[in-house]
Amino acid sequence: MKLGAMKPQRRNRLLLILGLVGGLGLALTFVLKALNSNINLFYTPVQVIAGEVPIGARVRAGGMVEAGSIRRSDGSLEVAFIVSDLAGAAFEIRYTGILPDLFREGQGVVATGTLSQDGVFFAEEILAKHDEKYMPPEVAMALDATRQDPLQP
Amino acid sequence: MWRWFHQWGSPKFFYHRSGALIPVLALASGLILGAGVFWGLLIAPADYQQGESVRIMYVHVPAAILAQSSYAMMAVMALISLIWRLKIADAAVQTVAPIGACITLLALATGSLWGKPMWGTYWVWDARLTSTLILFFLFAGVLALRNAAGQSQTAGRAASVLAVIGLLNLPIIKYSVDWWFTLHQPASFTLTDRPAMPFSMWGPLLMMVVGFYAWFFLAWLIRLRHELVKREIRSDWVQQMMKQ
Repeated sequence: MKLGAMKPQRRNRLLLILGLVGGLGLALTFVLKALNSNINLFYTPVQVIAGEVPIGARVRAGGMVEAGSIRRSDGSLEVAFIVSDLAGAAFEIRYTGILPDLFREGQGVVATGTLSQDGVFFAEEILAKHDEKYMPPEVAMALDATRQDPLQP
Repeated sequence: MWRWFHQWGSPKFFYHRSGALIPVLALASGLILGAGVFWGLLIAPADYQQGESVRIMYVHVPAAILAQSSYAMMAVMALISLIWRLKIADAAVQTVAPIGACITLLALATGSLWGKPMWGTYWVWDARLTSTLILFFLFAGVLALRNAAGQSQTAGRAASVLAVIGLLNLPIIKYSVDWWFTLHQPASFTLTDRPAMPFSMWGPLLMMVVGFYAWFFLAWLIRLRHELVKREIRSDWVQQMMKQ
């Protein structure tokens, strides 16, 4: 379809709409860029360590639960663990309450709570984040045995 | 190609030609959805982490895919209606909006029910969930605008403009999980990589997606044909049909 072959009236309407959508798209891009940090659901370990998280304010922070870092207390629901970004940055989360079913080592979590002066994050709520991979339990067990991931060529 | 375009743009031609599609689509959606539900809920394996809860995927993912693509189709119809002033395109926008709104609501509801046992919450204001909620409001807005002011032409144009502008939300939904940190995980399916699940899972999922599409086109076609008759009630071809 050639633009020149269209009736002028229709071509003008098309150009008007394209201009409208293009202009609004550009405006929206700038708005989203400006609000970028507000749209992120949680602070990353790097941001927590760098002091970008306001102390004492109610915020969300997240990362991967480090293997072997989970410490549970006897006789209460208190739990402490280290959350990292798998690239060096890490911080400690403390929480009292029931953890979601998917909470485990190597899984992502998003915690809502406050960061204390000494860098410990006191969570009021823990949400589990999972990745986009799905597989039957037998496959997962077989993979654990061989430590190879067929979905990751 | 233009001849074809003009023929199918005529309500009379469209009505008479499209009737034969209804039983085909009805049969296809019934069979495919039935088989997909059976395969997905009874035969497909549970997930190694999520267990049986993963089966919500067989409704949630098709609903989410259809919600977005039905919006794209609505926007294309709106664009045609704005540029070529084709009456049938306006009727198509009007009739697809409520279906799209329902499907989006289904995607949000199943996602919410899935979120509670897995994530630990029904709802979180992350970019993916929020932009999908906006998609629902866009459908609702187009529907409300189209039906405002007594079905006038102006209302139709306003609704079409909103539908086209709302297209901007689609890339935001799609890339929200890559652009920002969200609770929702990134896509399991991409054009370049292998699916992040075995065939025993994506097989039934694909079947459900196809079934959802068949059902969607069936619902749309029935509503559109009904709307065309309503709009053209005074025209010769409708009068002739009524006499028979």
